[in-house]
Amino acid sequence: MSEPNGEAPAGLPSGGAVGAAGRVRTIHVEALARVEGEGALHVRLEGDQVAAVRLEIFEPPRFFEAFLRGRSCHEAPDVTARICGICPVAYQMSAVHAVEDALGLAVDPAVRVLRRLLYCGEWIESHALHVFLLHAPDFLGYPDAVAMARDHKPIVERALAMKKAGNDLVAAVGGRAVHPINVRTGGFWRAPTRAELERLREPLRRGLEGALDGLRWAKGLPFPEHDFPCEYVSLRHPTEYPMNEGRLVSTAGLDVAVADFDASFEEVQVPHSTALHARRKGGGRYVTGPLARYALNFDRLTPVCQEAARDAGLGQVVTNPFKSLLVRLVEVAYAFEEALRLLDGYAPPARPYAEGPLRAGVGHACTEAPRGSLYHRYELAEDGTIVTARIVPPTAQNQASIEDDLRALLVRRLPQDDTDALRHECEQAIRNYDPCISCSTHFLKLHIERSP
Amino acid sequence: MTRKRPRVAVWKFASCDGCQLSLLDCEDELLTVAGEVEIAHFLEMSSAKADGPYDLSLVEGSVTTPTDARRIQEVRAASRALVTIGACATAGGVQALRNAADVAEYARVVYARPDWIEALGTSTPIAAHVKVDFELRGCPIDRGQLLEVLSAFLQGRRPRVSTHSVCFECKRKGNVCVTVAKGTPCLGPATQAGCGALCPSWDRGCFGCFGPHEQPNALALGRRCRELGLPDRDVARLFATFNAAAPAFQAAREAHEAADRGAGGGA
Repeated sequence: MSEPNGEAPAGLPSGGAVGAAGRVRTIHVEALARVEGEGALHVRLEGDQVAAVRLEIFEPPRFFEAFLRGRSCHEAPDVTARICGICPVAYQMSAVHAVEDALGLAVDPAVRVLRRLLYCGEWIESHALHVFLLHAPDFLGYPDAVAMARDHKPIVERALAMKKAGNDLVAAVGGRAVHPINVRTGGFWRAPTRAELERLREPLRRGLEGALDGLRWAKGLPFPEHDFPCEYVSLRHPTEYPMNEGRLVSTAGLDVAVADFDASFEEVQVPHSTALHARRKGGGRYVTGPLARYALNFDRLTPVCQEAARDAGLGQVVTNPFKSLLVRLVEVAYAFEEALRLLDGYAPPARPYAEGPLRAGVGHACTEAPRGSLYHRYELAEDGTIVTARIVPPTAQNQASIEDDLRALLVRRLPQDDTDALRHECEQAIRNYDPCISCSTHFLKLHIERSP
Repeated sequence: MTRKRPRVAVWKFASCDGCQLSLLDCEDELLTVAGEVEIAHFLEMSSAKADGPYDLSLVEGSVTTPTDARRIQEVRAASRALVTIGACATAGGVQALRNAADVAEYARVVYARPDWIEALGTSTPIAAHVKVDFELRGCPIDRGQLLEVLSAFLQGRRPRVSTHSVCFECKRKGNVCVTVAKGTPCLGPATQAGCGALCPSWDRGCFGCFGPHEQPNALALGRRCRELGLPDRDVARLFATFNAAAPAFQAAREAHEAADRGAGGGA
């Protein structure tokens, strides 16, 4: 059977449509939302020059921002969760914070604790999945974790146990692991009892040990020498490693409120992708995600995690994207440790959710999805109906950088004639960014055009 | 030892990946399942890709592009049995909200260059295109039900998946009815079981993510929601989410949208 995903969809301009920067059209786009699912990589080489690198994403458009118009603002968390089955909590969190911002609604401190617990669960399940099931097999030469388990069974079994602990945490707070049902404007439909959360303590404790052991194991993986320094963007919070709140900061000195997202970033559409490319206004491409969070918030990690990072040979800023695997593991350890800390101090809120009057307004929020900053903006009518919605997912923000990183990698590896080896390296390099599950694994069909 | 293992493939169409993720979320069973079957094609999990034919294909997602309309024919031709997983594949998913809208206008809202976007005017379930041997409901599907469907197809029997309403699950769990006790609008009476009556167990009304059950009376349920004080527009919204294009839910939605227009609402 032919591989149907490897061809650009009909109707798109082809043949070097973005071969020259001048052909990329710079257009402001009001809205974007889709899960990054399917794609291909197109590389054009001219002599010893890399003439074009196109990461083609052609996940069918689902038009979330269009059909959110006319819905109640209270529907935003359940509807936008369906953008991504891997990180639905991120969509729910950005949605409720943005809607509460528009409504001027303050939440109970215990609700804040529960939201952070929920996010810890998602970071754990998403990162553990990526690190062990999707990324590590690359370094060891296996097609997948099942094959890897034949030789490394204890590693894979422990990874699955960590992933399960994360999923169980999401389910204990959110009702179920994929598309939780318990998140609502102002808080939760029902707050879990102390006893319901307490049974998670032992798996979380074992998970923390597993993550630290995993880091000791993973630091020995054969990481290719590669350096791709670029501007990193993430949230930064006064006291915490960022998840739900903070200002948007960057390694190039950006420091703005989330409400200034639109003043600081823009998105352009390119013909080869249904995901929009984001960039800094007046600047260029940037990267969001674990490498960015870590570099901008190392001082917010716990002493245990800082020490584990140093033991794994990581500096306070990591610019080798292949080592994002180690940084994800540091974040897994942090999420386990943070969840245990939050569990210690948890008492259910007096009321599971806050309520307030509906009103017209605009609300913004950015939260840290496992893959990076996820921005939501809603404009509401007086009765709380959504007038416009804008959603900027992390993969769209990273796409331009992924292409440039691949270009840098290819320039170095050009003497390599073996197309299969090149394809494998490109695939692995894309997975460094954990773009999203279906495209972070093995979707790649590498076309190499060579002209003299 | 050399017995031939059944060959299983997993395919993605327009979707969020959450249903195929449910397979990887079977943490306790994954390695066992992978030992019982040959996972011949599962892009989310493996770079090893084997050509068909496949004994069982699991299909996630709906058909929303001309390319995918062709691709599902190829998948069907290569598969002995085909099972659809999740609301996108069984009902068109949340993206079927475009079906009643102007998709060209949608594309203009989301994209600066809608002419670069290839999309059909509708999001349709897989069964609208090819023969489907079993439909597993849910947004997302339930892991336990997925394992039951896999086991059943591998053993050549019908899956034991109940087709009654969520109400039965509430009764079995001993839940107090949220509608009777609190007046909370709940789609449980018209919605297929399978989630374990999740929402009512968390003090909220069911929002129908498993879609209509075999013989739903969605119109009567819509009227009941109206009596509980929910405006027509909100009743219509309640039926118009992840299974919006399932016929029973679509009829209820349209009835309440018409009533809302008749009452001069929606302004």
